[in-house]
Amino acid sequence: MDFPMFHLDWLNDRFLIALIAILHVCINHGLAVGFIPFITRLEQQGVMYSDNNKITDPEWDTMVYRMMKVGFLITTSLGAMTGVGIWISVSVVSPSSIASLIRVFYWAWFTEWLVFVTEVILILIYFLTWKNSNKSLKAKLRHIKFGWFLSFFSWVTMAIIVAILGFMMDPGNWNTDHSLINGFVNPIYLPQLIFRTPTAMLVAGVFGYVLSILFTGKDTAIRIRAVKQSSRWILFWTPLSLGGAVFYYRAIPQAMTDNMSTAVGTLQFAEYYSILKYVIVAAISTIYIVAALGIFKPGKVRLFMVLLPCIMAFVFLAIFERVREFIRKPYVIGGYMYSNLLRVEDYPLYKRDGILKYAVYTSTAEVTESNKIEAGRNVFILTCSRCHTTQGINSIVFAFERMYGIGKPFDEVSVAAFIKGMHNGRTFMPEFPGNKKELEALASYIKNLQQTGDVIEGAQNEGVVVNPNQSVTAVMPLIESKQSVLADSLMNISLFSNK
Amino acid sequence: MLRLLQVSTPVPRDIPLDLPLPEWLLIVLLVVSFLLHIIFVNLMLGSTILTLWCQIKGLKDQDYHQLAHEISRTITVNKSLAVVLGVAPLLSISTLYATHFYSATSLTGGMWIAVIPLVTIAFLLTYLNKYTWNILDKNKPLSIAINAAATALFLFIPLIFLVNVNLMLFPEKWGTVKGFFSALLLPNVLPRYLHFVAASMAVTGLFIFWYIGRKNYPFETYFVRLTRYEVRKNAYSLTLAASVAQFIIGPLVMMTLPTKGFDWRLVLVILSGAAIALPAMWRIWKAITGHPDEIGRHFGMVVIALGITVVFMGSGRHVYRANALKPHQKLMALKTAEFQRLSREARENPVVEEEPVSNSSLSVNAKGATIFKQNCSSCHQEKTKLVGPPMTEMKTIYANDKNGLKSWIKSPGKKRSGYPQMPGFSQLSDEDREELANYILMINK
Repeated sequence: MDFPMFHLDWLNDRFLIALIAILHVCINHGLAVGFIPFITRLEQQGVMYSDNNKITDPEWDTMVYRMMKVGFLITTSLGAMTGVGIWISVSVVSPSSIASLIRVFYWAWFTEWLVFVTEVILILIYFLTWKNSNKSLKAKLRHIKFGWFLSFFSWVTMAIIVAILGFMMDPGNWNTDHSLINGFVNPIYLPQLIFRTPTAMLVAGVFGYVLSILFTGKDTAIRIRAVKQSSRWILFWTPLSLGGAVFYYRAIPQAMTDNMSTAVGTLQFAEYYSILKYVIVAAISTIYIVAALGIFKPGKVRLFMVLLPCIMAFVFLAIFERVREFIRKPYVIGGYMYSNLLRVEDYPLYKRDGILKYAVYTSTAEVTESNKIEAGRNVFILTCSRCHTTQGINSIVFAFERMYGIGKPFDEVSVAAFIKGMHNGRTFMPEFPGNKKELEALASYIKNLQQTGDVIEGAQNEGVVVNPNQSVTAVMPLIESKQSVLADSLMNISLFSNK
Repeated sequence: MLRLLQVSTPVPRDIPLDLPLPEWLLIVLLVVSFLLHIIFVNLMLGSTILTLWCQIKGLKDQDYHQLAHEISRTITVNKSLAVVLGVAPLLSISTLYATHFYSATSLTGGMWIAVIPLVTIAFLLTYLNKYTWNILDKNKPLSIAINAAATALFLFIPLIFLVNVNLMLFPEKWGTVKGFFSALLLPNVLPRYLHFVAASMAVTGLFIFWYIGRKNYPFETYFVRLTRYEVRKNAYSLTLAASVAQFIIGPLVMMTLPTKGFDWRLVLVILSGAAIALPAMWRIWKAITGHPDEIGRHFGMVVIALGITVVFMGSGRHVYRANALKPHQKLMALKTAEFQRLSREARENPVVEEEPVSNSSLSVNAKGATIFKQNCSSCHQEKTKLVGPPMTEMKTIYANDKNGLKSWIKSPGKKRSGYPQMPGFSQLSDEDREELANYILMINK
C-alpha cells in the first residue's frame, strides 16, 4: 500500500526470496557451521598421524587446506552475499513486513550482526594463518585449537539466529510481548536446533567427502584414508540427524497448530509434509550407503557415487526450510500482517472504502465502468502479486484453471464468488481485503489475463503512478485543519515547490 | 507548476510502530557504522584499481608486478570487512528511513537485487586473480583481464547504492522514475560518484603508505629495484592528488544537490571538514618533498586530521538527508495519524455484510445457509457444477448418510477425476458441520 510494488512476474517474488534464503542456509550449514569442525578434525589428524619428527603430514595437510580453501572461497563470497541478499530481496518484495520487524527486533539483529562480524573475522584468521602455523608444532596446535573455538562460535551464531527465526514464526508474541526470550522458549526452538546441528555436520561431511575425492588421486593411500575419515564422520552424524529430523518433523504441526497458522491443516501443507518424509528416507539411505561403502570398500568409491548423496543432503536441508516457510501463512507476521502486506487491523477500513482509495501508488483511485480492467490490475498488484504472478510461477490464471478446467473460459461471477470465500476453505490464503466493486474488477482482470495472456512489469521497470488522493495536495486540508500545531510544516511545503 | 508537483509527490504512511531506540542514538549508529563500512569499501575499490594499474605496469617492470600482488593480497580481508560492516548501516537506515529507503530500492529493484550476484562475481574474480597469480605468471594478459573485470564490477556496484541513497531523498521524483537507469540520470548522482571514487583513492593511498611502511614488512625480500621510500612517496602523492581533486569535486556536489536540504548548519559542517583536511594535506606535501628518512614523521597526525574530515563529511551527508526529508516526514506523520484514526473508526463500526438467503425453502435453516455461503459457495452451487459438484448431487449420494457427509466435509477423500481436491474443513465445529449437513440435505432436488 505504501511502497512501490516491485514484482517479478515470471519468477515469482516469493520464489526469489526462497532461492536466496535456501542457498544461504545450505552454505551456512554445510560449508560453515558443519564444515569448520569437520576440517579442524582432519587437520588434527594430520598432526596425530604424522611421524614424530614432523609437525604434520604435509601431503594430508595440503589436502585439508585445499578443502578449507573451497569452503572459505564460497562462504566469504556467495555465503556472505546470500546472507545480505535475504535482506535485500525481502526488503523489495515485502518492505512493510521487514520494516515492521526491524522496528521491533533492532537489537536482535544488531546482536546477530556483531556475532556475524566476529565470525567472519575468525574465519579469515583461521584460513589466512594456516600456512604460517605450519612452521612450528606449537603454532600448529594453537591453530587447531583456534579451529575448535571457531567451530563452537559458528554453532553459537546459528543458535542465536534460530531463536530470531523462531521468534518471528511465533505470532502470539507479536501482539502481546516483544521480547526475544520468546524465541528461545518457543516450542519449535529446541527441535529446530537439535535438527540443524547434526544436519549441518552431515551435509558438511558429505560435501567434504566429495572434495576429498576431488583432491586426491585414484587408488592412493591418502584417498583411502580421507574417504574412511569422511565416512566415519557421516556415519556418526547420520543417526543424530535422522533423530533430529523426526523430532522436528513431529514438533512442526504440534507447535504450529497450537500457536498460529491454520495453513498447517491444509492439503498443500499435507503435500509438503509427505514429500518431506520421502526426502528424509531417500537422502538418509543414500548417504548411509555411500558412507558404508567408504568404510568397507574405500578403494571402490568414485566421484559420481558421492555426488548424488551430496545433492540429496542439500535437498534434505532445503525442503525443511520450505516447510518452515509455508507454515507461517496466511500471515507474514503472525496475527498482525497478512502475506499480502496488509495489516489485519486495517481490514475493516479497506473492506468499507476499498483499498484503491488508500493505495499510494495506483493509476485508478476507484473502480468505474470504464476503468474496470485497469482497476482490477491495480487491485491484483496490491493484493495478490506478493505470491501470485499473471502467467509465471504460481500464476493466478493457472490457480483458477486448475479448478475450473484448463483452457475453459472463466466465469467472472464464479471467480468473484470464489475469491470472496477462499480464505475459509484455503486457510493459507488471506481474506480478500477490498470492497465489492474491487472484487468484481479483480475478477474481470483475471478473466482478461486468461484471454490476453497479459503480464505485469513491476515498479522496478514501469515505475509508479501516484494516487492523487495520497499526494501532498491531498494532505493540504489536513494541514490546514491543524495549522496552529503544524505551522512550520506548512512552511516547509514550499521547499517542494521551489525545486 | 507548484500544484502539479504536489499532486505527483506521494505521501505514504509510516510504519505505525515506535522506533526501537531514541532517534539521536540511531543517527549516531547510522553515521558511525556507515563510515566504518565505506572506508573498507574505499579500500576494496582503491586497492583493486591500484592492483590493475600495477599489473599493467608490471608487464614491463617485474617490481610493479610484485607490488600488484602485494596489494591484491590485502583485498581478501578488506572486501570481507566491507560486506559485513555494511549490514549495520543497512539496518539503521531501514529503521530510521524505512519508507524512503525501501521506496527507492523498490523502484530500482532489479538492479538492487543484482547487487547479490554482481558482488559475488566480483569477489570470486578477485580470488581468481589472487590464487592464479603464480599459475598465470606466463600469461599476464589473462591475469590482467580477470582483474579488469573485477575492477569494472567494483566501479559499477557503488553506483547502485548511490542511486538508491540519492533517490530516497526525492519523493517528488518517485512518480517519474522508471527503473535504475532513469534514476541514475538524476543530476547529482555523477558528482557524488566522483566524490566517492576520489575518496577511495585517498584512503587507499594512506593504507598502502602504512602497509608498506610497517617495520616488520619484509620489503627488501620482495622487491629488487623499488625502494620502500619510493612506494610510500607514490602512495602519499596519490592521497594528496585525490584530496586536491576533492576540492573541485566537492563544490560540484554541493552545486548539483537540490536546494531543499541546505541550511547554515550543513554549510558549516562541510566547510569545517574541508578546513581540517588542509593541514593534513600540507603535511603530506612537506613529507613527499622533504627528506626520505622523515616521510613517515607526521603520519599519525595526517590520519587523524583526515579521519576527522571523513567524520565531518559523513555528518554533513546526514544533515543534508535529514533536512531534505524533514518536511516530507512531517506530512507522513500527519497522514499516518489520520489513517490510524480512520482505521480505528472502521474497526469499531464494522459494516455488517448483507447475507440475502433468497431461496425460501432453504431459509428454514438460516445458520446452515450462512455457513454454506461463507465456506462452500465458492465452489458449490445449488444445481450446477462449479468447481465441485452441485448440492443436488450431494443429496443423491448422502440422502441417508448424514454422518458420511459430515466426515467428508471434515476430511474429504479424492473421489474422481475432473474435479480438484476439496480442502478439509476441520476448522468448523462439530455443531457447525451438523447444521451444514442438515442444510445441504434439505435442498429440493
